[in-house]
Amino acid sequence: MSKRNISVTINGSVYTRQVEPRLSLSDFLRGEQNLHGTHIGCEHGVCGACSILLDGVPIRACLMLAVQADGQELTTVEGLSQDDGTPGLLQDAFQDAHGMQCGYCTPGMLISAQALLADNNDPSLDEIKDAIGGNLCRCTGYVQIIEAIQLAATRLREAG
Amino acid sequence: MKAAKFDYIQAGSVDEVVDALAKGDGEAIIIAGGQTLMPMLSMRLARPETVIDINRIPELSGIAVDGDEVVIKACTRQATALASAEIQRHLPLLAKAIAYVGHQQTRNRGTIGGSLSHADPASEIPLTALTMDARVRLRSVAGIREVAMADYFLGPMMTARADNEILLSVHFPLPPTGSRTGTAFHEVSERRGDFAVVAAAALIVLDGNGVCSRVALGIGGADGVPKRITGLEDKLRGGKIDPDAIQAAMGEVAATLAPGSDQHAGADYRRRVAGKLAERALIDALTDALLEAENE
Ligand code: FES
Ligand code: FES
Repeated sequence: MSKRNISVTINGSVYTRQVEPRLSLSDFLRGEQNLHGTHIGCEHGVCGACSILLDGVPIRACLMLAVQADGQELTTVEGLSQDDGTPGLLQDAFQDAHGMQCGYCTPGMLISAQALLADNNDPSLDEIKDAIGGNLCRCTGYVQIIEAIQLAATRLREAG
Repeated sequence: MKAAKFDYIQAGSVDEVVDALAKGDGEAIIIAGGQTLMPMLSMRLARPETVIDINRIPELSGIAVDGDEVVIKACTRQATALASAEIQRHLPLLAKAIAYVGHQQTRNRGTIGGSLSHADPASEIPLTALTMDARVRLRSVAGIREVAMADYFLGPMMTARADNEILLSVHFPLPPTGSRTGTAFHEVSERRGDFAVVAAAALIVLDGNGVCSRVALGIGGADGVPKRITGLEDKLRGGKIDPDAIQAAMGEVAATLAPGSDQHAGADYRRRVAGKLAERALIDALTDALLEAENE
């Protein structure tokens, strides 16, 4: 049950850490890295609050062990901001369109939206619904979340 | 909750996996995509002594046509299968089914072999493999064996795979040349991407004279295991197949299934939905086969 050395790239920086094999990636990010932006809603793969990007694609951080991330590249919601720490384009759109109520699901929604907009800056309503289909919002503010993603898409297209 | 302590082996080869499984003597478990196992670990429904990670074994992923079958290696991601032109072209029923599997976050990790190994009675990939008469290849230190889907599902989350075996690949037969194959997949679920409450998969093969040479109807979520409706298949095979013939054989669906009740749906509802989805899937598969005939 000995600890393992892992080396992971998180939001562009490389970290080398020792972890217990049973530690989930979500607990690693929050507990060891102090990246509290990754929320934990259910801890068993139902809510999507813990979504992060693994080598560019969205996954659920509670459904992966930290040891499994060795040598891989992760982006958490903190990585969506600009270099100076101010909100990025997608985060601004969520704020402007009021795409959140309590904010608990928001990091997961942002990650899912980021993955969608990375390949498609003009998504249809169905494509947006599909992309956030794995993210639950207990405040049920889905309409504004969708509007926020549409606003971000419009801004992305305008920016070319 | 948090997982109990375990040892972790990152396996580099299948040899290493079967050795570790043999040494684990029932207390070692394989992790692939983790989409089913991780919740079981966190809820302590599974408390293995050793977790063997097979994610970095190159020989365990890939999709290839090999003679008269399509071989999908166990660790192939569901997202890879969904995007695969090979599967779109050769296994249209599987392509239709995978579109219902999970969400982008789970498909990016979840694997074809993992889905077949856990064998949730409502999951789409086991149902499709059963409907298509696929086989799985299993390996232990004792050697390799193959098991047909008809003999593979033993109960909810229980399969013929032994604790000391790894699932290497699943083999889907290609339809015979010169025939026209039609397929359809339908399901009812609470949200898109959730496990099916009930699902139906249908495959119809018409020979050169328009006679139904093969028909397969599989139903998931309406029994402890995915089920083939063999009584209905026997009635439809070998004759001319049309909506009336399908209608006349529909009674077999309810007669074959023993659905349970849970928080998602009652047994009665499941039985009725299974009948409706089965009919819809067969009619659509027939239309699909006839359309293919027209396009020839
Ligand atoms: S905390 Fe990971 S899916 Fe809910
Ligand atoms: S804003 Fe409260 S859970 Fe979504």
